[in-house]
Amino acid sequence: MSDEPSITRGNQSAVVIGASVGAIEALTAILPALPATFLLPVLVVVHIPPDRKTILPELFASRCHLPVKEAEDKEPIRAGTIYFAPANYHLLVEPDFLLSLSNDEPVLYSRPAIDVLFESAADAYGSDLTGVILTGASADGAQGLKAIVANGGSAIVQDPATAEGTAMPTAAIESSPAARILPPDRIAAALLEACISES
Amino acid sequence: MKSDVAITEDLELQLLLDAIYRKYHYDFREYSPASLKRRLTQARTNFACESLSQLQHRVLHEPGFLPQLLPFLTVQVSEMFRDPSYFLSLRRQVIPHLMTYPSLKVWVAGCSTGEELYSLAILFREEGLENRTIFYATDINTDALARAEAGVYEQDRIALFTENHRRSGGKSSLSDYYTAAYGRAVFDKSLRARTVFSDHSLVSDAVFAETQLVSCRNVLIYFKRELQDRAIGLFSDSLVRKGFLGLGSKESLRFSSRASDFTEFDREERIYQKTAGL
Repeated sequence: MSDEPSITRGNQSAVVIGASVGAIEALTAILPALPATFLLPVLVVVHIPPDRKTILPELFASRCHLPVKEAEDKEPIRAGTIYFAPANYHLLVEPDFLLSLSNDEPVLYSRPAIDVLFESAADAYGSDLTGVILTGASADGAQGLKAIVANGGSAIVQDPATAEGTAMPTAAIESSPAARILPPDRIAAALLEACISES
Repeated sequence: MKSDVAITEDLELQLLLDAIYRKYHYDFREYSPASLKRRLTQARTNFACESLSQLQHRVLHEPGFLPQLLPFLTVQVSEMFRDPSYFLSLRRQVIPHLMTYPSLKVWVAGCSTGEELYSLAILFREEGLENRTIFYATDINTDALARAEAGVYEQDRIALFTENHRRSGGKSSLSDYYTAAYGRAVFDKSLRARTVFSDHSLVSDAVFAETQLVSCRNVLIYFKRELQDRAIGLFSDSLVRKGFLGLGSKESLRFSSRASDFTEFDREERIYQKTAGL
């Protein structure tokens, strides 16, 4: 596998991140710390109000070494790229590693929902997936993280003691006891390890 | 590496969709599998089936089961004047072009329970175009079509519809168009007097009319790229030269092989215009 070019590497493994209240602060400790050489795609769902636009891609594009964009429907997933789910749509990974958007009902009052991304990514990537649950005030993501672990992937949860919203990381730890529990400033390093062990 | 469970479920999903197609000719085989699988997992729970194969067994052996399953296969989430800025753009940018035609045909493709249709009918009435327009409202789900034709919505959705209508540049009050009764809003049947409701599949059916405007929002996202291309091809074939195509706020022609049939008319609102040369 190591002789494969990096572009296809990214088609086979990925990082998914879910965050809610307090997301910007937590993500700021993680995404800008990923180096330009980071090979995995990073798919991010943040609970945002259902307005037409989210400022998250612009906000992080200026802070990150990796390209950052809003996910588009049927877009091929590229290595070393950070994708944010748009407002008012769920983000999913198709089995052939295209991104999909959906207008299905909100899950736990959220659209985009973390569970929807995580469960579809768990199906597509299997064991080559790392799921990260950050700060938040709902239980969204707990089922998705459990699905990632059930499919052989890895789980990381923000230490609730460092989180603005403790409910989401607490629910995730409960559903996935095997998860590594880390403060945000150590999560980027853990993702780098995952990236290196994948390649 | 994919898990064995995921591989098995992918296979079961394909077999289920094959069974539905071969027995009932509803073709979901070119739908995006990720959200389809999610909705079928809900159906599994709803019908207390342990696997997609069990759902398939019931589809094949229980008459009357498929109609119960269909709502899980098609998505029926909409609202009136959803994305008000889309309707504002139709009103301000597209209507002046449509004014120049003596008669108009508008196709609401994948109309589901009719919210988009009534929005357009109200907009066309406000802009004085209703009397020269025929609307075609099509969907594969005949139950949804029947609800579209009834035009009855829960009262608790009306506040949102009203606010959307106002933001779309509405020139009248939404309450002019419905009567409230028993927690429901019953829309005036004159709004659909010029509408043809029809069972039509973007997967297998052909073009049926020459149109000036096609509005098909949040339908293509459920399709794989090849099926998206087919649907966009139908829209292109149906539209007159310089006719208009409106898509959902996160849909675009960017990844489509038929993209060159159209130019961007309002990029932000995902309104396209068929090129003059075709």
